[in-house]
Amino acid sequence: MSATPQRLAALPRPGLGTAGLLVAPAVLLLLLLFVYPFVYGFVLSFAPIEGDWLSNYHKFFSQSRLWRTLPTTLELALPVTLINVGFAIPIALRLRRKSTYQRWLTTLLVIPMTLGTVLIAEGMLTYFGPKGWLAEVLQFLHVYDGPIRLTHNYWGVLISLIISGFPFAFLLILSYVTGIDPQLARAAATLGANPWNQFRYIYLPLLAPGLAITFCLAFVQAFSVFPSAVLVGAPSGSTHVISIAAYEAAFEDYDYPLASTVAMIMGFAQLIVVAAVLGTRRAFYRGPTAGGKG
Amino acid sequence: MSDQFSELRLDQVSRHFHSTAGASVAALDELTISIRRGEFVALLGPSGCGKTTALNCVAGLLPLSGGSIWLDDRRIDVLPPERRGFGMVFQNYALFPHMTVSGNVAFGLRMQGVSRAQISQRLAKVFALVQLEGHEHKLPGQLSGGQQQRVAIARAIVIEPPLLLMDEPLSNLDAKLRLEMRSEIRRIHRELGQATIYVTHDQDEALSLADRIVVLKDGAVQQIATPQQIYAEPANLHVARFMGYRNVIPLEVEAVDGDRVIVTGMKLRLHGTVKQPLKGRQVLAAIRPEEISIGQGGTNVIEGRVDNFEYCGRDALVDILMDSGLTLHARLPAGITSGQPLHFSIPPERVLVYPREDGA
Repeated sequence: MSATPQRLAALPRPGLGTAGLLVAPAVLLLLLLFVYPFVYGFVLSFAPIEGDWLSNYHKFFSQSRLWRTLPTTLELALPVTLINVGFAIPIALRLRRKSTYQRWLTTLLVIPMTLGTVLIAEGMLTYFGPKGWLAEVLQFLHVYDGPIRLTHNYWGVLISLIISGFPFAFLLILSYVTGIDPQLARAAATLGANPWNQFRYIYLPLLAPGLAITFCLAFVQAFSVFPSAVLVGAPSGSTHVISIAAYEAAFEDYDYPLASTVAMIMGFAQLIVVAAVLGTRRAFYRGPTAGGKG
Repeated sequence: MSDQFSELRLDQVSRHFHSTAGASVAALDELTISIRRGEFVALLGPSGCGKTTALNCVAGLLPLSGGSIWLDDRRIDVLPPERRGFGMVFQNYALFPHMTVSGNVAFGLRMQGVSRAQISQRLAKVFALVQLEGHEHKLPGQLSGGQQQRVAIARAIVIEPPLLLMDEPLSNLDAKLRLEMRSEIRRIHRELGQATIYVTHDQDEALSLADRIVVLKDGAVQQIATPQQIYAEPANLHVARFMGYRNVIPLEVEAVDGDRVIVTGMKLRLHGTVKQPLKGRQVLAAIRPEEISIGQGGTNVIEGRVDNFEYCGRDALVDILMDSGLTLHARLPAGITSGQPLHFSIPPERVLVYPREDGA
C-alpha cells in the first residue's frame, strides 16, 4: 500500500491541457444547460412580481393549493418507488441465472421502458377505463360487476408510474444481483441457512448499497411525474402534483418567479430524500461482492 | 446434525446433463463408495472428470440424476443442503465479504441457534486450532490467501459436521503455501478425526493426505484404493498415466506365465507384470521415470543415449534416445551429461503391462 503514491507519481500523466480539452465540451454543455438555468431560476425565485424577496416562498407555504402538492407528490412517489424496488428484488433474484427463459422474461419486463409515458397513458385509457378491456372481461366473467375506476384518479397515475418505472428499477437491481458471487449463497446453505436466511444475511446486506442507489433514482423519476398525472390522473384534484403547480404558475399565470420557486422547492424536496437514503449507505458494507482472492 | 455416524454410503450416484446436441452426458456415472467415520477420501482426476460434481451432489448443491446417498440408515440425497449439515470448503473460499472473520466462522453456529456464550467459546477453540488468533475482527479482504483459506476451513469445521467436503482448497495458493496448508489440513484432520471428502487434481496432494483415493475419468470410477496401491499398482492405463507413468510403449506379447509376461517390439524385449486381463497380443507397457536406473544388472537391460536433460536439483529428468527412435523418460542422478551412451535397467515387477484399447 505504501508504494502506491510513488508509483502513481512515476507514471507519465497527461498534461492538464489535454485533459481540459477533452472535458471542455461536457463542461460547457453542463454550464449552459444546467448550471445557468438553475442559477437563473434560483435568483428569479427571489425576485417576485410583487412583495419582498421571500414573498414567493411565503406564498407557496401559505396557499394550500400550492403546499399541498408536496404531500400529494410524496404520496405517489414513495409508494411507487417502494413497489418498484420491492418487486424488482425477488424477480431479479429469481432471474439471476442465465437461461433462455431468463432472457425472454427479462426482455418482456423491460419492454415498457421503450414506450413513452404518453403511449402508456393511451394504452391504459383503453385497457383500464370504465368501458375498457379489463372492465369488460371482469363483467363478462361476473368476477366483479361494480364500476371500475382505475383512470383519471390516483390509481391511474400509480399504475402508469409502475409500468414505466419498474423496468428501470428491475434492470438496475438485476445488474447488482448478478454481481454477487452465487457461491456465497451456496456456502451459506452448507452452513445451515435456508433460502430466506441466505437472502437476509448474504444477498440483502451485499445488495443494500445498490438498493439505496436504485431507490434514489426511481424516487427522483417518480417525484417529477408530469404527463401521466395529467393524462390518466385528476390533475386538478387528487394528482395535482408539484410539477403541475410549476406548469400552471409558468404557463397559465405567467408568473415565472413563482414557477421558479416551485421548481426550487421540488428540487430541494428530492435532495432531502436522496441525501437521507444515501446517508444510510454509510452503515453498509460497500466492498467487493465476491469472496476470496481473484 | 453433529451426531456421529459410522458410515456414509454413496450408492450408484449419477449426475447427467444435456449437451447442446440434446444427448444426455454423464458428468458422474454410478459412483458407489462407503466412507467410514474419520476416513479421509480423495477424489482425484483431471479437470472435467466429475470430481467436483460428485462433491456438489454429496453437499446437496446439485440434484442427483440417479442413485442415493445414505448416512447410516438415513437417506440424505432428498434433503436440501442446509439440512445435511456437511461443512464445505470451496475452491475460491466463498467467504462472506461483508462479515468479519468472526462473523464468517460464527455464521453456521448462528444458523443452528447456538447461544452467544457457546459461540464465543467455540470460536476461540477453532481459531486456536487453525492458528488465526488476532485476526478475528478483520474483513476477509484484509487477509492473505493462506489466512482466507484458514477462515474457510474454520468456518466449515466449527459446526462439527459429520462430514467435511473440500473442493480443491489449495489450488489458489502458491507452491510454498500449498505445501504448508497441506500439512495443516493433515494436522487438523488428525486432531478432529473428521470424515473428509477431498477433491483434487494433484496426485501428490491425494497421496499425502488420503486414506483412500478414488480416481475418476470422464465421470467414471477408474480405481478406488489406498495411496500405496494406486501409486504402485494402477488398475488401468488411465490411472497409470495420471499417476506419473510417463513411458507408455506399444509392444506385443511373446509369452505369458501367470501374471508374468514377456513383451517385445521397438527392438526391445522386456519382462513385465500383467496388471489387467490381456485381450490379445497387442499391449502397452507403462514405466515410471523413477524406475529406470543406470546399470547392466537385472533382467531388463536397454541401451540408449542421454538426449534432453532437465536439472531438478537432487536429480535430473532425462530423455533416453534409443536406436529404434523410441524416447524414454527417466529420472537419473544429476551428474549425467548429454550425449552419453549408457546401459539402463528396469525391474520386471515395475514394467506394468495393460491391454491395448482403442484410443488408449
